[in-house]
Amino acid sequence: MKKKVLSLLVSGCMITGMLMGCAQKEEAAQAPAVAEESETETTEESVDVSKEQSETEEVEITYANFNASGGNEETLDKMYQAFHEEYPNITVKIETIGYDDYFTQMQTRVAGGTAPDCYELNIENFAAYANKGVLAELSGIDTSGYNQTALSAFQVDGKQYGVPGNFSNVVLIYNKDLFDQAGVSYPTNEWTWDDVMVASEKIKALGDDIYGIYQPITFNEFFKVSAQYGGSILNDDKSAFTINSAENLNAAQMMVDKITVSNIQPNESQMGGLGDWDLFESGRLGMIPTGIWAFNTFTEACDFNWDICVEPGGTQKATHFFSNSLVVNKDSEKKEAAATWINWLASSDAAAQMRIDAGWDLPAISNDTVLAGYLKITPPQNRQAIFDSLEYLAKPPIIEDYSKMADIITGKLSQAASGEISAEEALNQAQEECEAQIKLQ
Amino acid sequence: MNECGRHVVKNSKKIMEAAPFMIPSLLGMIIFSFLPIIISIVISMTEWNGLDKLDIQTLSGSFVGISNYMNIIGGKEFWKVLWHTVYYILLYIPLVLICSLTIASILNKNMKGIAVLRVLYYIPVLTSWVAASLIWRWVLSPQYGILNQLLAIVGVSGPNWLTDKIWAMPAIVLASVWKDMGFYGLFLLSGLKAIDTGYYEAARVDGASASKQFFSITLPLLTPSIFFCVIMALINAFQLFPQVMIMTEGGPNGATQVMVERIYTYGFSYFEMGYAAAYSWILFVIIFLLTLLQLKLQKRWVHYES
Repeated sequence: MKKKVLSLLVSGCMITGMLMGCAQKEEAAQAPAVAEESETETTEESVDVSKEQSETEEVEITYANFNASGGNEETLDKMYQAFHEEYPNITVKIETIGYDDYFTQMQTRVAGGTAPDCYELNIENFAAYANKGVLAELSGIDTSGYNQTALSAFQVDGKQYGVPGNFSNVVLIYNKDLFDQAGVSYPTNEWTWDDVMVASEKIKALGDDIYGIYQPITFNEFFKVSAQYGGSILNDDKSAFTINSAENLNAAQMMVDKITVSNIQPNESQMGGLGDWDLFESGRLGMIPTGIWAFNTFTEACDFNWDICVEPGGTQKATHFFSNSLVVNKDSEKKEAAATWINWLASSDAAAQMRIDAGWDLPAISNDTVLAGYLKITPPQNRQAIFDSLEYLAKPPIIEDYSKMADIITGKLSQAASGEISAEEALNQAQEECEAQIKLQ
Repeated sequence: MNECGRHVVKNSKKIMEAAPFMIPSLLGMIIFSFLPIIISIVISMTEWNGLDKLDIQTLSGSFVGISNYMNIIGGKEFWKVLWHTVYYILLYIPLVLICSLTIASILNKNMKGIAVLRVLYYIPVLTSWVAASLIWRWVLSPQYGILNQLLAIVGVSGPNWLTDKIWAMPAIVLASVWKDMGFYGLFLLSGLKAIDTGYYEAARVDGASASKQFFSITLPLLTPSIFFCVIMALINAFQLFPQVMIMTEGGPNGATQVMVERIYTYGFSYFEMGYAAAYSWILFVIIFLLTLLQLKLQKRWVHYES
């Protein structure tokens, strides 16, 4: 009998211990739910910051992001300090999560109803989240300071579901020393792919393992090159795929021929498992269209002179940009405060200045005086090209099944690049598979 | 009361005493294992996207019956991915068994510093797959990797391992064997240690050669350990995932896409959680049936010392 009582006691203690651990979390999760009920009449699905809460009301919101991880946590914290001085009633709990874990974690939290009040999404995931209705529409926020192309990338059916939190674009980076050796004049903003071909042939002639250019065979590159040749991935109202159009064939043919025909771009085996940046840093590559986030790495790693210009065009210019969106959770009951914070973070002059000073990335704003400081940093000499590129930004074809579409097209293009199928077959097959597997609205 | 009845009463009494101690871990199992298992069956019959709040309303609203299962089995992709997995297994299991058996035999010797050797062989097992995969990507780099340089010394020009459709899977097998052989080697070593040395003494007296001893004594008596290793290796092989994700991401051109990689991609990249759940249940059934089959077949080749 004694034993039984003892065992019951012990197990009772263990269970209580376990449940206490759970209960604490549950309380935290339930508290907002109660608040929500009393407030729901006033909060709708969209956020209107213009009807801001009274200054005295204390709010605490949570903000999750991946962009600050790996070096910019302190900058983000500094930004928040400045924000908190301006809006002392809003306290932001910042969660910085590594990129690798971020999206699986966010998906689970959104589904579990414990998503942060506002968070960061990359462009692929933004489309899926917005279309699945888990984001709040942002209405009434002041969007005049934003770069309008970047801003419009985060609209779905004309509704703004996110603001561009940061901004990076792609420019053509070239090895000046190789151009000098080959006796070719440097690329300019007006260059087309034909000019690239001519210059590349001469650079390639410098040596067996020297190549003219490296452009990854991916969906990301393709939708941009397609735009450079006047093509598109989707029709205007996004109701049908236009992957195998004549314009796109020109684009794909150009991308693939660089590898399989003229070989001014190394194929997989010539790359020998080397990354494209490594190839450039080794001084064996003439040109590489890549993101401005390569600047710091190249400044450190390259022992030759390099500079940049606007990406080459086809029949017209189109340039690539990357931007992460800052969004507000639809189920948050502190949407106004959350929208105030992300709007401040993305577009205020103070935050933009700190972002530039830290060399983090570019703010997606149109204020030239703030951006001017960025131009002074060298290399590259021609930093102005970053802003020249903004004139030609190509908007990514955002649909709900963005990742799936990108995987299908990348797969088919790389088959063409390895010579298994022709560029035409690749586009036809990609068109067919996208139509079969993806429902467009 | 007869003998048997008393036994039952005694046992049930014991269970009553033990039960309270089991409740905490049982609760944990129910909450973190049984419930998710049941929920995942339900999810596999819906088109839940993995983002909508998971409640009865969402699930019944997107209920599609067994159509996810039919689509998977009816599609080409599943069979392709299954073949990749089978191909991996056919290369991996014989190779890992031979390697770990060799290691076990070496480590079974009474040499100086054997403890150090044992640790060295076990280190890859403890290494995280992320770190190991990154190192193997260097090793397998066609132009700069150590493997192709070693091959070049003997006059063989190595392939483009991870970017070649034909060689990508063998490359992953190579990395997996390196990482796992210490693990299975340890089990086989304990199997070797358990063999009564009397058998060998008797064999030597009768003049049996070393190889005769190995094939007639060591191997048969080791079959229970080998059987265990085969089952473990098979289950692990079907769940092949981290090395693929980091070394090739399923490429080149889908040549190393395997089941768990597909489950992850559908669930977390394409937001088709229902489809992904159905995929994982199909994976479960395959592993379950194969393990059952092995349990049946073991009578033919596994010798338990009585």
